[in-house]
Amino acid sequence: MRESPARELWVGLFVLVGLAALAWLSFSVGGVESLRAGGLQLTATFDEIGGLKKRAQVVIGGVRVGQVKSIDLSDDFRARVTLDVDQKLALPADTSASILTSGVLGDQYIALEPGGEPDMLRSGEPIQFTQSAVILERLIGKLIQNIGGDSKEQE
Amino acid sequence: MSPAAPVRAIGASVLRAVRGLGRFSLFVTAVLDAGARPPFRLRRLLGEVYDAGVLSLLIVCVSGFAVGMVLGLQGHNTLSRFGAEESLGAVVGLSLIRELGPVLTSLLVAGRAGSAIAAEIAAMNVTEQLDGLRMMSVEPLDFVVAPKALGMILAMPLLSTLFVVFGILGGWMVGVAVLGGDSGSYLSTLEDSVAFWEDVVGGIIKGVVFGVLVGFIATFRGFTARATTAGVSAAATSTVVIASVATLIFDYFITALWGY
Repeated sequence: MRESPARELWVGLFVLVGLAALAWLSFSVGGVESLRAGGLQLTATFDEIGGLKKRAQVVIGGVRVGQVKSIDLSDDFRARVTLDVDQKLALPADTSASILTSGVLGDQYIALEPGGEPDMLRSGEPIQFTQSAVILERLIGKLIQNIGGDSKEQE
Repeated sequence: MSPAAPVRAIGASVLRAVRGLGRFSLFVTAVLDAGARPPFRLRRLLGEVYDAGVLSLLIVCVSGFAVGMVLGLQGHNTLSRFGAEESLGAVVGLSLIRELGPVLTSLLVAGRAGSAIAAEIAAMNVTEQLDGLRMMSVEPLDFVVAPKALGMILAMPLLSTLFVVFGILGGWMVGVAVLGGDSGSYLSTLEDSVAFWEDVVGGIIKGVVFGVLVGFIATFRGFTARATTAGVSAAATSTVVIASVATLIFDYFITALWGY
């Protein structure tokens, strides 16, 4: 019982188009290349990361160069963030990292500022200079304390 | 009526459910066993991929496009209140890839192809074609059931992927072409927010699991239907009901286990 050639053609087309759609979702939309090993892995330790999440952007001067790979707690109870940055970048050893927010309520991201040292950061090395996230609620809390709290001068 | 009667009724229905699940598991293992041994009915499989996949293309693509358009419209209206229209791509893409694509495709395919599979097998049973095959020592599980179930498992993830792609196109149509959003930010928020492993692979896993559910439920209901005309229609109806409910319940558990 042979299938007609037209049917075979349709099934072949169906499978090919389906696979092409899958490839588009995987490579273009899903960014499968970000899974590839060999990117520059840097760690940075912050006192406070606010709402920073995995896969948040890492930028230099607004240009996206990588993403946050993982976030965990270091031995001295600070937040250790692992960054996965484009391998082609040669970042000076005194590069600093700060956590910023895009817009007032926007996502948080990490901005790197390259320093001027001749030595370069290698994969796995920590970024020495970090600036923590600014927590809006805490700022407002301090402000209210400063304005209204003459009696309780804690800070 | 003795006071124990309601309790007995509960017990009976639990036993019936367990017996049904047991029969279903035996059926699935028998089909997998038949499908895994030669002869591999590749011609039959091709025909079933055509019936379940190619013939469902139109309904799946049109539905995907329409769902994407609605998501684009609703998303645009809601997001523009917060001045976040540029996140539309992320909203449309994530909801389609994670949930709507696989789930709606499964519901559509269960209604379109699942019911047809159940009715066809049940009708073959009524007209004694299955017995005829057995007479020629051709095992119906191998010749009829396994290609249908496997064809569904192959077709479902592909259909679901196409649903997602057409949905993203539909969202782009409304959000960008009609309502004048920015095409670049639609695509870039889409690309930024969708992760390959969590979202794309999770969606494909859902498609495969739903294909397994619809394929085996449809063939099971058809194969075990009563050999009457009423049995044929009951098989088609119960396939759609059971497969749809199973899709929605399994969707929750896959989402919970895959760790979105």
